[in-house]
Amino acid sequence: MTTAGIDSNSAPTASRAGREARIERAPFLRHRHAPPIFAATGMLALWQLVVTGFGVPSYIAPSPVQVLQVFVEEGEILWINFWPTLFEAVAGFALGNSIAVVLAVWFVHNRLAERAFYPIAVFINTIPIIAIAPILVLMLGNGYAPKIVIAALICFFPTLVNMVRGLKAVSPQMLELMRVLSASDREILWKIRLQSSLPFLFAALKIASTTCVIGAIVGEWIGSNYGLGSLIIEATYNFRAPLLYATVILGAGLAVAFFVITTLLERRILKWKPGAVY
Amino acid sequence: MTAAIAAAARAETSVAAAISVRELSVRFDGETDSITALDRVGFEIPVGGFVTMLGPSGCGKSTLLRAIADLVPISGGGISVFGRTPEQARRARDFAFVFQDATLLPWRSAIENVHLPLEVGKRSGAIEQHAEPESLLALVGLESRENALPHELSGGMRQRVSIARALIYRPRVLLMDEPFGALDEITRDKLNEELLRIWCETGTTIMFVTHSVPEAAFLGQKCLVLSAQPGRVREYVDIDFAEPRLLGMRDTLEFVQVTAHLRSLLEVAR
Repeated sequence: MTTAGIDSNSAPTASRAGREARIERAPFLRHRHAPPIFAATGMLALWQLVVTGFGVPSYIAPSPVQVLQVFVEEGEILWINFWPTLFEAVAGFALGNSIAVVLAVWFVHNRLAERAFYPIAVFINTIPIIAIAPILVLMLGNGYAPKIVIAALICFFPTLVNMVRGLKAVSPQMLELMRVLSASDREILWKIRLQSSLPFLFAALKIASTTCVIGAIVGEWIGSNYGLGSLIIEATYNFRAPLLYATVILGAGLAVAFFVITTLLERRILKWKPGAVY
Repeated sequence: MTAAIAAAARAETSVAAAISVRELSVRFDGETDSITALDRVGFEIPVGGFVTMLGPSGCGKSTLLRAIADLVPISGGGISVFGRTPEQARRARDFAFVFQDATLLPWRSAIENVHLPLEVGKRSGAIEQHAEPESLLALVGLESRENALPHELSGGMRQRVSIARALIYRPRVLLMDEPFGALDEITRDKLNEELLRIWCETGTTIMFVTHSVPEAAFLGQKCLVLSAQPGRVREYVDIDFAEPRLLGMRDTLEFVQVTAHLRSLLEVAR
């Protein structure tokens, strides 16, 4: 193996050799997932050390061990509140994205509809979700409905924008080919547009997969007595910081799980390479 | 005038010409001015003929091909494809179009791409007679790559797939718009030879736009040279080489004389 400095022409090789040497010194870092796991463990250890070392009271900042204790000892209250949030997030995800996709299809086939309703969609998107939430609670009551609608609203806009772009991302030549073949708009939609929009759709779904959980939790902040959102409020008011942290971690875990599922689905469905012209 | 020409064209439907273009004008109306892309262009392509089209860029070669394919509206004159208007011919699937890019669907395998024309345009109801996708891929020399996705194929292979796709419903006319323009010279030479073989085997009438003088001379029985701004017919050149044409022919004096003549026409056309 050449050492760095002797062969100046192969700078990348030399630096790679250097990196390999460093990894050789720490063989436990070889595994692909090892570096982030070690980093996270290190930070957790540091957190634990600071909290216990400086004697920070648990209602200000609980230690990782205390948060873990909540998962073990108060697991039931966490899970009872977990399922409604899961349901609302999934329902909102399905509702918001379906409406966005249908609306995008309509916009692409009807310029007038696009010109009329696109600005309205932009306007609704600019209203902070936290401001819409009370309005929806007033309109839809205290049940699942307002939370699902809030989760749907938060998913809706990115999917609409991406889907309109995706459905239009068909090369002019492909449209000319379809005309030569006397294809109808419906055939073009089913055979060409929907598939070519998939990369754009998945980009939006990845965003929506995490934001739908935020939507459901924000919805539960207002006038609700179940769900992770309501548990966050309750734990905050009662200074139960370990429970608060555990709830937040569970909510984040839910969002990460959705994201991973969406990414896996994308990998399964998108076998072709998007972006290139063939 | 226009009606008279159209009537004359219809009267002459006797199979003499596959494509007959008379006094064709195409203008593009902008907001302030209008551009005349084609000005009273006229020519005929015999059934089973192979005609290449050559001209400086911006002379309306593509526009002419697109007008025949009913992709561009005409402003004056008439086009007849086997006695039909371009729109009727399109609905009857008389012609197929090959673009500069292969224009394949990236999520479909080669064979599925070839099959695409049979899945759309069902309302026009002109897809009873069709070739087998497998045999067409064999015809273009891709029998072993049926299930390859476009990104797994080279540029030349993708263009072969698009030619196979064009032939699937047995079109009477093949309209090709610089189909090999984006390929390297070696691939282009090979595909030129194969296109001549396919032309012989299928008996299809071919109209082929190119900006390569040797390609135009090598492929065409006739070469339509256009002049630019506005697009007019400069000369409709007969090219009589002994058939079958082989690539080696391009080094003969006869061939060089033809390309020299075509080049001189292009000089004036510019």
